[in-house]
Amino acid sequence: MEIDDKLVEKLAKLSKLEIAAEEKTKLKANFGKIIDLVDKLQEINTDGVEPLIYLTENKNILRKDVVENMVDKVEALKNAPDKDSDYFKVPKVLKK
Amino acid sequence: MTTNSIAAFHKAIQANETSCTESTMSFIQKIEAKKHLNAYIEVFEKEALERASFLDNKKRNKEKLGKLFGVAIGVKDNICIKDHKLSASSNMLKGFESIYSATVIERLLAEDAIILGRLNCDEFAMGSSNETSAYGKVLNAIDENRTPGGSSGGSAVAVQAGLCHVSLGSDTGGSIRQPASYCGVVGLKPTYGSVSRYGLIAFASSFDQIGPFANNVADAALVLETIAGKDKNDATSIQNEVDSFSLKPLKKQKIAYFKQAIENDSIHKEVKASFENLKTRLEAEGNIVEAIDFPYLDYLIPTYYVLSTAEASSNLSRYDGVHYGYRSPNAKNMEEVYTKSRSEGFGKEVKNRIMLGTFVLSAGYYDAYYTKAQQVRRILKNKINDLYSNFDFILSPTAPNPAFKFGEKSEDPVAMYLEDIYTVLANLVGNPAISLPLYKTKEGLPIGMQLMANDQEEEKLLSFAQQLEM
Repeated sequence: MEIDDKLVEKLAKLSKLEIAAEEKTKLKANFGKIIDLVDKLQEINTDGVEPLIYLTENKNILRKDVVENMVDKVEALKNAPDKDSDYFKVPKVLKK
Repeated sequence: MTTNSIAAFHKAIQANETSCTESTMSFIQKIEAKKHLNAYIEVFEKEALERASFLDNKKRNKEKLGKLFGVAIGVKDNICIKDHKLSASSNMLKGFESIYSATVIERLLAEDAIILGRLNCDEFAMGSSNETSAYGKVLNAIDENRTPGGSSGGSAVAVQAGLCHVSLGSDTGGSIRQPASYCGVVGLKPTYGSVSRYGLIAFASSFDQIGPFANNVADAALVLETIAGKDKNDATSIQNEVDSFSLKPLKKQKIAYFKQAIENDSIHKEVKASFENLKTRLEAEGNIVEAIDFPYLDYLIPTYYVLSTAEASSNLSRYDGVHYGYRSPNAKNMEEVYTKSRSEGFGKEVKNRIMLGTFVLSAGYYDAYYTKAQQVRRILKNKINDLYSNFDFILSPTAPNPAFKFGEKSEDPVAMYLEDIYTVLANLVGNPAISLPLYKTKEGLPIGMQLMANDQEEEKLLSFAQQLEM
């Protein structure tokens, strides 16, 4: 499969990543190799095969509908890069 | 009973020949002396010694002692330990501190273990050589020019170099067994769901399992029976309680191996010779070893990479520069908080995998790659299930090569990925598998052999593994 700049840029955008111009050539080459590798899957006939999604046979592991406070506000905010006493802080989203 | 086993340590404790404090102190000194191996990211020196002294008191007061009493354990840096830093060896999480402990940590502590510190690994457990860590590579103590394997390289070297009694790693595609093979220690990946993933940093949630590294099978069994079993905080955990394993000799086992795995040119000739030697030995001991035609070998790595990167791209979307982890100082608006934090915080291999995962999940490619791989996973699971109706175990080398030199494969991702060719199957189908340090190359590099068993047959797997190590 041809890996072009357009595809790399689209994937970077979807992944919320920026790819520097100097990284792009190498990324395209590596990506091409990996896609060639995984393309091998097309050789297997999977007509009518149900996809395997869950590995355990657990069904509906339920618990009582009781509120449990596992994380309090102080703990939740502990590792925030920017915060005040109650909230996570981010740059202004709305323009005046 | 080997001199460095937990049983030998407990015997010495009972005879008052050593104490938790003395033992812990000696590990701390050894870690310091072997600092250049770079196995530990952080040593909990003060806390470990305080706990050792607390445990020594417990014994003095004749209280009941846990089954991991005084056992010094190193923990891979992707498992939460409350109020301690946790980074997954990534700049993305530098400075992060866990607000709770993983279930496995709670269970180790409940049995009187001592947590010694955090162990280096590949960034977010993505790598097969420990070269992707933000803290630098870990050196293989047998030959410092060679990798310890990955991603749990620090966990393997910590046991190899005597820097703990046992350690914990995590295994998504071979990240416990492959480094165990490269370093000459025992490494065990339990059945998917047998050990709670609560408090493990997620890489690929339908593959990840926590497991032990140890000097011998009995130690690995002791750690597994402590950490395994139902956990209400992990809905994928198998709903059985695990009490204890009783390892007993097994006779006349039927063992399958894949013809295609052994009869090919990419396997190192000494690894192949070791495998042949083990086959002969097993037959001589009365077991049946049979070659099976398994035409799927070439599809294992592709299936694994499609599914694991897809899951990773979703799991790693949580690193957004807002709630925790790194935020780029260069971000001027909300969009840049996401993109710049992620681009600057993640390393190259992690970004590559997020992009690949995004690709296989994107519109137009989803069915051709993601659904297809899930279908192939079903076929593999069915084939392997069928196989267990005729066989007790599947045997292979753990990796096609002994430990390679630093840099040897870092330019070619495909060559690196292929080091996992024998290990990914257990993760794809959920089976337990163990790597045993049974052989060495002429140069003295360890060669591990892998034994795989049906789901939840840990006791049988460990029983047979213990026979092999004798």
